[in-house]
Amino acid sequence: MDISPNVVQGAVSTVGKRARRWGKQDKRERLPGEARRIAYLYIAPAFILYAAFNLWPLVQGANISLFHWDGVSEGTWAGLSNYTDFFTDPLIREGYVHVLQLMVFYAVLPIALGLFLAALLSRIRIRGLTAFRLLLFLPLVITDVATAVAWTWVYDVDGPLSTFLRAVGLGRLVPAQGWLGDFNTALPAVGVFGLWGAFGFCLILFLAGVMKIPASLYEAARVDGANAIHEFFAVTLPGLRYELQVVVVLSVIDTLGTFDEIYVMTSGGPGTATSVPAYLVWRRMFQTSQVGSAAALGITLMLIIFAVTWAINKLMDRWSEDE
Amino acid sequence: MMTSPRVRIRIALTLLLVAVIAVGCTPGGSVSIVTAPPKPATTGVPDTGPITLTVWDQESGQVGKVWDQLNAEFEQKYPNVTVKRVNRDFGELKTLLSLAMSGPNGPDVVEANQGWPDMGHLVKAGLLLPLDNYAAAYGWRDRVSPNVLRVSSWSPDGKEFGTGSLYGYTTMGELVGVYYNKELLSSLGLTIPTTFNDFEQDLAVAHQAGVVPIAFGNNDAFPGIHEYAEIQDQLAPTSYLTDLIFGTQRTALSFATPENTEAAQTLQDWANADYFSPGFGGGGYDDSVSDFAKGQGLFMITGNWIVENLGADNTQFGFFPMPPMDAHDTPVATGGAGFPLSIAAGSEHPDAAAAYIDWMTSDHASDLLLRTGEIPLHNGKTPDVQPGTLLADVVDAARTVTDGNGVVPYEDWASPTFYDTLTSNIQELMVNRISPDEFVTTVEADYQDFQSSRS
Repeated sequence: MDISPNVVQGAVSTVGKRARRWGKQDKRERLPGEARRIAYLYIAPAFILYAAFNLWPLVQGANISLFHWDGVSEGTWAGLSNYTDFFTDPLIREGYVHVLQLMVFYAVLPIALGLFLAALLSRIRIRGLTAFRLLLFLPLVITDVATAVAWTWVYDVDGPLSTFLRAVGLGRLVPAQGWLGDFNTALPAVGVFGLWGAFGFCLILFLAGVMKIPASLYEAARVDGANAIHEFFAVTLPGLRYELQVVVVLSVIDTLGTFDEIYVMTSGGPGTATSVPAYLVWRRMFQTSQVGSAAALGITLMLIIFAVTWAINKLMDRWSEDE
Repeated sequence: MMTSPRVRIRIALTLLLVAVIAVGCTPGGSVSIVTAPPKPATTGVPDTGPITLTVWDQESGQVGKVWDQLNAEFEQKYPNVTVKRVNRDFGELKTLLSLAMSGPNGPDVVEANQGWPDMGHLVKAGLLLPLDNYAAAYGWRDRVSPNVLRVSSWSPDGKEFGTGSLYGYTTMGELVGVYYNKELLSSLGLTIPTTFNDFEQDLAVAHQAGVVPIAFGNNDAFPGIHEYAEIQDQLAPTSYLTDLIFGTQRTALSFATPENTEAAQTLQDWANADYFSPGFGGGGYDDSVSDFAKGQGLFMITGNWIVENLGADNTQFGFFPMPPMDAHDTPVATGGAGFPLSIAAGSEHPDAAAAYIDWMTSDHASDLLLRTGEIPLHNGKTPDVQPGTLLADVVDAARTVTDGNGVVPYEDWASPTFYDTLTSNIQELMVNRISPDEFVTTVEADYQDFQSSRS
């Protein structure tokens, strides 16, 4: 249930009044949890750091986004034109389309696969699960940049993937320009790299969630004659809803902010086939001296991430309430 | 979630305040046009107490080591000077420069890139000192050919490129040309081509014999510019290309010319005829260099900077400028000056900084830098290289092209976004996703966009 602060405040102040009536006039007694000014002092160190390194740069970024600025000489007022570019600049639109496509690989597929495997594992217990989990988690421990460099080699026209396909007689599937050099396969190739990393993360969380579901629920379901599919939708999925919420939010944020693998594997190419918003921010900031546009792109991206996260949380909360 | 009216008012006020602050400050600060300091009576470093000279450069590898040695020697020459070398990645250097210059420990000497996106911005912001008086005192202008100086010349307001005052100085050069594998060339029964048509025929012969004609990998996107430019240099008039890149005629020049279209057509034809390494679209540049070094590829079209990788004394590989249409024409090639050194407008020791630039561009410095594959462009000085080596070929080619005034500046200097536009569209062109006509039209749009914004 959503508790409005008004209700809380109201309750506290009523209690407070009563307490005051009973106590002495000059020395006001407080209940634990009642707001006190000194609290600001406790918050101050964290807030000052947060303000200096997050909020202030954000304000500066918002400021810069209203100008055409090359990063060095005096900027000229741009109003909101850097923001309206969002609707008119085909490169920006293309970037968001790419990110939506990547969403399939970074969020949809890993979650679906993760849920499927978690459901399987809820029915059978495997020996050596710890070792299995370690292997799945490994991609998350290694730096993205290092693994992306390795995957660039995997995708080479003479790399392991192409060699394997040729060996099994599927050589015609190998694109002439290599997987990262082909306009049609470059984005999915980056996506599969993302899938490889995200899948382990999803499965680990789901596995932990499944183990938390009481075995009695499964037994009860089976007594009621539920088959595997019924069991999944009636027991496993509702039991995993909190894990699911975390995974969905994190993977969507992760996808929208995709940068490392694009920078390392394709530089946004071939052409602009793998250009994504975060990569455009970097290019415009550091390479083409369009600092105002870069700032506007960054702020738009931030707002979109906020909106999407908020929407996902709302939807998931409603689902939880319905249960 | 409900919010009380008072909280809502507070949020609104805060937002308003932020908005006021935001609208209140223009990033970048005001600009003043910087004038040159009075002509120094004497050259050299004034002996007025200890001087710390802060130098921001972007050199690494072998060149970086040479710089360390030269810095130490400069400190010996002028005992009151301490050189503080700050090595920065270029992107970093560009963004930090304006901040650093207003602080107390800002650089005195900067190694910046030429062109609109880089040196152009610094001049426009008044961050660099015009070097004309120092150039006169040290005789810099007489030491190199005018086109080396031109790429570092700007009007004091930073609005005109290739003219006006000198803002950076170097005596080292770069050149994009054709590397060849000597053994493969003779085994195919070929000799060094003397015309562009000969070169194309050699490509066909190599392809027929099952040899990769041109080692190439374009995943890093920049190599494509060099392949295109070398073809374009032979087809389009040199003066047109130079004017186009410097933007001397603003919107009056067009990128969409028959010659530029033909160059795009040739590049596309070569790609369709499989003249480039298989899978070049996904292949990395470094990989293509090492493939070529291992003997996979008859030619490789790239710059002098891979001399360091192949070895200066190497005799298995040779180098020639892309042959002209007519054997009697002077060869034309992309390249020119290396990264120039500039003096920060805020430097407290401009005289010492000028003496430092003179030292870093001296004959002694170029002798040391030559071994790294950088090409000395001093007038009338014959570099000391062993004949028959790869380095000798590269130096020779650079001299021929420079002396014949056949150097075309890097094309991506033409507008701040030209690099992105060229690289991505060349990638599209080379796999037939766009036609040569569409290629020149897209690039022309970028060019006109920038030229019309310059006013």
